Amino acid sequence: MSAPDLAVESNLRALSQQADRRRPSLQRAPLEGRALRSGILTGLTWIAALLAAVPLFSVIYMLFVEGGSRLSWETLTALPPSAFDLGGGFGNAIVGTVVMVGIATLISVPLGILAAVYLAILEPDSRLADTVRFLAKVLTGFPSILAGVFVYAVMVVTMKTYSALAGGVALAVLMLPTVVLAAEQAMAMVPKKMKDAAYGMGCTRTQVILKVVLPTGASGILTGVMLAIAGAAGNSAPLLFTALFSDYYLSSLTEPTASLAILIFNFSGMPYDNQIQLAWAASLVLVLIVLAFNILARLIGRQKY
Amino acid sequence: MASVSFEQLKRSDSVSGPPSSGDYTLDRGFRAVAWASAALILVLVAYIVLEIGGKAMPAISQYGLGFLTTTEWNVQAERFGILPQIWGTLYSSLLALLLGGLFGIAIAIFLTQDFLPPRLAAVFRTIIELLAAIPSVVFGLWGIYVLIPLLRPVANWLHDVAGGIPFFSTSLSGPGLAPAALVLAIMILPTVASISVDALRQIPYKVKEAAYGMGTTRWEAILKVMLPTAASGILAALVLGFGRALGETMALAMLIGNSNQISLSLFAPANTLAALLASSFPEAGQVEIRALMYAALALLAITLIVNAVGLAVMKFATRKFEAER
Amino acid sequence: MHANPKMTAAGASTAPAPVGNGVVMDCQLQKVFYGDFLAVRDSSLPLEKNKITGFIGPSGCGKSTVLRSLNRMNDLIPAFRFEGKVTYHGQDIYDKKVDPVVVRRYIGMVFQQPNPFAMSIYDNVAFGLRLNGFKGNLDERVEKALQGAACWNEVKDKLKNSGLSLSGGQQQRLCIARAIATEPDVLLMDEPCSALDPIATRRVEELMVELKENYTIALVTHNMQQAMRVADTTAFFGVDISQGSRTGYLVEMGPTKKVFEEPEQQLTREYVRGEFS
Repeated sequence: MSAPDLAVESNLRALSQQADRRRPSLQRAPLEGRALRSGILTGLTWIAALLAAVPLFSVIYMLFVEGGSRLSWETLTALPPSAFDLGGGFGNAIVGTVVMVGIATLISVPLGILAAVYLAILEPDSRLADTVRFLAKVLTGFPSILAGVFVYAVMVVTMKTYSALAGGVALAVLMLPTVVLAAEQAMAMVPKKMKDAAYGMGCTRTQVILKVVLPTGASGILTGVMLAIAGAAGNSAPLLFTALFSDYYLSSLTEPTASLAILIFNFSGMPYDNQIQLAWAASLVLVLIVLAFNILARLIGRQKY
Repeated sequence: MASVSFEQLKRSDSVSGPPSSGDYTLDRGFRAVAWASAALILVLVAYIVLEIGGKAMPAISQYGLGFLTTTEWNVQAERFGILPQIWGTLYSSLLALLLGGLFGIAIAIFLTQDFLPPRLAAVFRTIIELLAAIPSVVFGLWGIYVLIPLLRPVANWLHDVAGGIPFFSTSLSGPGLAPAALVLAIMILPTVASISVDALRQIPYKVKEAAYGMGTTRWEAILKVMLPTAASGILAALVLGFGRALGETMALAMLIGNSNQISLSLFAPANTLAALLASSFPEAGQVEIRALMYAALALLAITLIVNAVGLAVMKFATRKFEAER
Repeated sequence: MHANPKMTAAGASTAPAPVGNGVVMDCQLQKVFYGDFLAVRDSSLPLEKNKITGFIGPSGCGKSTVLRSLNRMNDLIPAFRFEGKVTYHGQDIYDKKVDPVVVRRYIGMVFQQPNPFAMSIYDNVAFGLRLNGFKGNLDERVEKALQGAACWNEVKDKLKNSGLSLSGGQQQRLCIARAIATEPDVLLMDEPCSALDPIATRRVEELMVELKENYTIALVTHNMQQAMRVADTTAFFGVDISQGSRTGYLVEMGPTKKVFEEPEQQLTREYVRGEFS
């Protein structure tokens, strides 16, 4: 290589070095500070998420292993055993739960939907609507035991007995805000152009609601109702001193009534294996009921118009 | 209503006609019933507050504010105080908030910031929502037979090694604050996560684009842009989660040990207002019921205030974005 | 398109070219407010029987507001206030004794966005019939309305399908069928083609021309060509910004040909020639 060539060569090299200095590296540098921190945080988030799923799977595992092994026709239909007895079941508690949730549904769903009609369609911007909406939201965070205290004071004391009716009303107090808020949201989501079409045909406001808004929003409303039922079925605190408990099948709505949740509560603290096994089996049944309504809510909610 | 009639103008084939008198009656009736139903919710809340307050009145006049600051619950001597229960309620809820809040926010980030493909994120979201569907008593049962046996050796080891620290100053013999707070954390996690998810989802996409456009890493975008932007929504999630924890009853009644003492130790048994109501109410006599009503009023006041604050924060958070749009 | 030509009302099939035989509606609008905002002022619009009256003008000129005042749809907006008179066969529909619900039963409306209900095609069309307590043969009236709206052939095999399963153009014709099923007197159409593609637009325009044999139609359009193609009479609205806000008013109204070819007002001339928009 001749001298001039070398000179050119070194010039070129200098130039390219200059260019290198101006051109940043775009390659990944996973161990460099920023990236490292990012990686660690990502790892921690994954761990947190997986850890959060552990209790759910642990609960489900226990329910099926401990509760599933005891589940039989007898446990589903028989009456609860007394302390030292073997066998027995919780048929009366299943019936009691179904009856009380049924009463609560009958009270809270019509009331809740009608109130939602007022909030979503009739006077959405009125003072009353604003207040009621706020109170309904406050009520969703209302401690369920206080619904029990309230119903105890107004019903149990005056009727002089614990009853399925009182239990149902206490659950209704808890279901009401869920139904109101879900139904309001479902109705508000009905497109305005559909309401306009109905008004344009000469519908009265009630006709717009009954013929267009409610049918169109039905799936959303039903989803809310199912979730409210699921919540009520699993709730026990308000039943503690409204329905109390009973060792027998219910024969009237005005007598103390058994429920799955209270049975679990009572049996969980007993020092007998039989009762504890029954508590697990009852938990499995209760969770299955609650999950069934949850899944139903999801399936209904998925249908979009 | 329609005294002016268009009837004579009708074309031969037209079926147009004014609503029937039945339609009008239905309209008026239906609207009145809807109004009454909405008003009923207002009445219900007022009735709840007045009823519990009214029933608590005798105890309030008898025990005064000392009720809130004394520690004895003695039915025979008719001496009642709920300071240990207030302490237990706040302490267990704060611990639960610490843990459930941290995990809840982490999960909200995990679900909204593209860590998972959308389908998997939906599955995971369902898992968290199902966690919310497990009844309180079932968590209580699980706590007794799974969590406490699991926790006991760890707790007692901590007590042996670090018993000098007030948090570990007792051993865990069975029920106690730690298992109760853990279960409580699991129970409020879905609330915190789902409200935080909503807050993070509310952030306009352009904000995220702007952050990535500046060359931030994912975590720089999350910590410096997304979380501060969603801060008020996440705060609302925490406050509402705290409200949930304050009022939670059954699992706590089963796990906390129902012992009226004030202790910093995580492994000591304690009590909460809701658990006190759950365990004492069914067998209480006249005198104790009055005191319990006072305790119920205290719980009502605490939760109503916390929830109202949470909702106000949430309203503020949503309004912020509405103004931006 | 070409649905069954012998469509609707009895004895109405005279010559295709409509003869101006009387004013069905007469709108004597003085002022329309939304709250404090004066939206439209001083507009006098007679709607003649069996004619299409087109409302044109720049955006914000209040043409839709005027149209929606004709069946009191604007009453649904709490802050809306109407000053003036709208006479329908000689009766003021803004008279205190008149129920807006009743007005809307005689004066049908087709909206800008196709808005079928979330129910079957059949139930959509039968909606108004059932609403008005129709006791006759429902199937027959539904078929007639769908034929009148030129979509019978497309939907006759899927009457049980959701109205929302149709394409945009079909949905709009379904909405027209729904509006004409009760055979109202007047049809108000608020930019019925603005959400449609050109082919669907053409079908709806042809349909409007067929419908005027039996109906009195008021049509709001933002498309001047559309007004030229279908309207017999055209009303041009302008925007007055002299008072500091935007208030619409009627500039000129007359036979379509005249408004487009030799308008009386300078403003109209500029607009129809596309000199401002």
